[in-house]
Amino acid sequence: MTKNRKKSIWVFGDYRNYYQNRVTLQLIARAVALAKTIDAEVCALIFGYEIDEWIMEYTAHGADRILAIDDPALKSYSTERYLAIIEKLAKERDPEIILIGATDFGREFAPRLAKRLKTGLSADCVGLEITEDGLLLQIAPSFGGNMLAEIVTEFHRPQMATVRPGTFKEIPHDYERTAIVERLPLMKGLPKPRVRLIEYERSIEKEHTIENASVIVCGGRGMGNKEKFKKLQELAKLLGGDVGATRPVVYAGWADHNVLVGQAGKHIKPKILFSFGISGAIQHTAGLGEADFIVAINKNPQATMLKMADVAVVGDASDVLNHLIKELRKRIRE
Amino acid sequence: MLKLVVCIKQIPRVTELPWDEKTGTLRRDLAAGMMNPACKHALEAALQIKETLSAKITVITMGPPSAEEILREALALGADEAILICDRLLAGSDTFATSLILKEAIQKKCPKFDLILCGAYTADSETAQVGPQLAEELDLPAAAYVEKLEIEGRTLRVRRLVDNFRETLEMEFPALVTISMENYKPRYTGLAGLENAFEENDIAVLDAKSLGFNAASIETKGSRTKVRKVFLRKAPKGNVILQGAASHVVNEFLDKYQRKIGTVIGKSIEEKNLNDKK
Repeated sequence: MTKNRKKSIWVFGDYRNYYQNRVTLQLIARAVALAKTIDAEVCALIFGYEIDEWIMEYTAHGADRILAIDDPALKSYSTERYLAIIEKLAKERDPEIILIGATDFGREFAPRLAKRLKTGLSADCVGLEITEDGLLLQIAPSFGGNMLAEIVTEFHRPQMATVRPGTFKEIPHDYERTAIVERLPLMKGLPKPRVRLIEYERSIEKEHTIENASVIVCGGRGMGNKEKFKKLQELAKLLGGDVGATRPVVYAGWADHNVLVGQAGKHIKPKILFSFGISGAIQHTAGLGEADFIVAINKNPQATMLKMADVAVVGDASDVLNHLIKELRKRIRE
Repeated sequence: MLKLVVCIKQIPRVTELPWDEKTGTLRRDLAAGMMNPACKHALEAALQIKETLSAKITVITMGPPSAEEILREALALGADEAILICDRLLAGSDTFATSLILKEAIQKKCPKFDLILCGAYTADSETAQVGPQLAEELDLPAAAYVEKLEIEGRTLRVRRLVDNFRETLEMEFPALVTISMENYKPRYTGLAGLENAFEENDIAVLDAKSLGFNAASIETKGSRTKVRKVFLRKAPKGNVILQGAASHVVNEFLDKYQRKIGTVIGKSIEEKNLNDKK
């Protein structure tokens, strides 16, 4: 193996839907920044059938090199085929780093790839840096994002991470850019996939669940009683959202177990979270993931939930709720 | 008879999180435990298979001695056999090491398995990596985030929703699946069952040595990643604090954020009538 080859940061080209493709672009952008620090090139991997569109796009967004395999046998995603292909390529070319989007596909595929390459992998990173000793610093969340861990793979290569979508900003496209495009033939003798894709269809809209609701109105013991708690439903309805509850409230029978939000219940990631009368015990906040915008209402100005919030309202939860419902009824226009 | 293996994990109830500042790992010995919710779903899937087909369920976990509790719980729910992998030498394993250790244990205790079920992810470290890595260790066909399982002879058919694609996949036994939290709602443990499970002494305990590991081999074959630092995420943002009479606060809030809320809910929210403000 020639060791004088330039170091390479590989980005797996995940393009199956719009959202997956955006993550790929975000990873290319981050790889470009990291590559500067360690004097490496950014290499995008694209496997599929009729993939010129992606070759063009990843070049325009910052890749220095593209490794492409265009073959009808790769028409649909296959973890097993991709594993065999990258295993061969990685053994030939020795990448320093491999980045993969933390899409559902990426999070199923990357662990197997890391295992096959006998290297480390961190999951769903929300930050990537280069340490002073030149290692990839992988910043990964745990306990619903309440904790962050800084992880390194010291002695094995490639260093691998899956990265949470939306963590990095893509570089604007530049169709004047050029990259070295290596079009490789599909290797011979790849094992036949043992998992057979029988049917698949694009699900236009994910079925509506509290896990993917964009507005959630959560209530805790601070709502006072069951009757007052039930009024959260009115606010949720006005905002097209769902009601969530804390454990004490579920135990008290004010709400069903299937709306329990927290470590032992649902993990949510709404765009707006209203939190009424919730103190913010970690059993609950461990389920909040990455709520974009939190509005918390609590009598106690020291409540953790208020400290986590973008807007902290100090006051009686039920009282504020009633006024909010009344005021929204007046103001909302279809 | 089908041989099912369910890998489960005890996670800390997060009332307090005793972190070891030096190693950056959780002092699991200090935290009260519970069965990871997704693992409960995986166990439920196995129990439902056993309700319709002839099957034997082996549950397996790695953890401190207290992890025995979740094995007892699984036995009470209907599992037939339980294995605890427990050794200080194995503490702090990352997913690479954990999947290797699980493989050794499965090959030792139930090499003729048909299907391995894992929870899709754990609520503590949330990597979702051990299932796929165990599949790789054992060279198995596998599917993650499975919502529904059907078995016909030696063929396993699974349904799942991944990246907005609804997929149906098929594979032959032996295979591995990780079970999502969408379906297979866990049943409750009856108290009587739990008491019985605590009376029987049928948990096999495996230590590092019995799996062929020693300090040196764990060092070379084990964890690939190292946690350099763990920290609590700081209160994220410089927050806006509103206080005063509820009606006043609500109006102030809506005036300030009407556009933001309107965008998310796809409706417009009017600013307060100027006359009302006086």
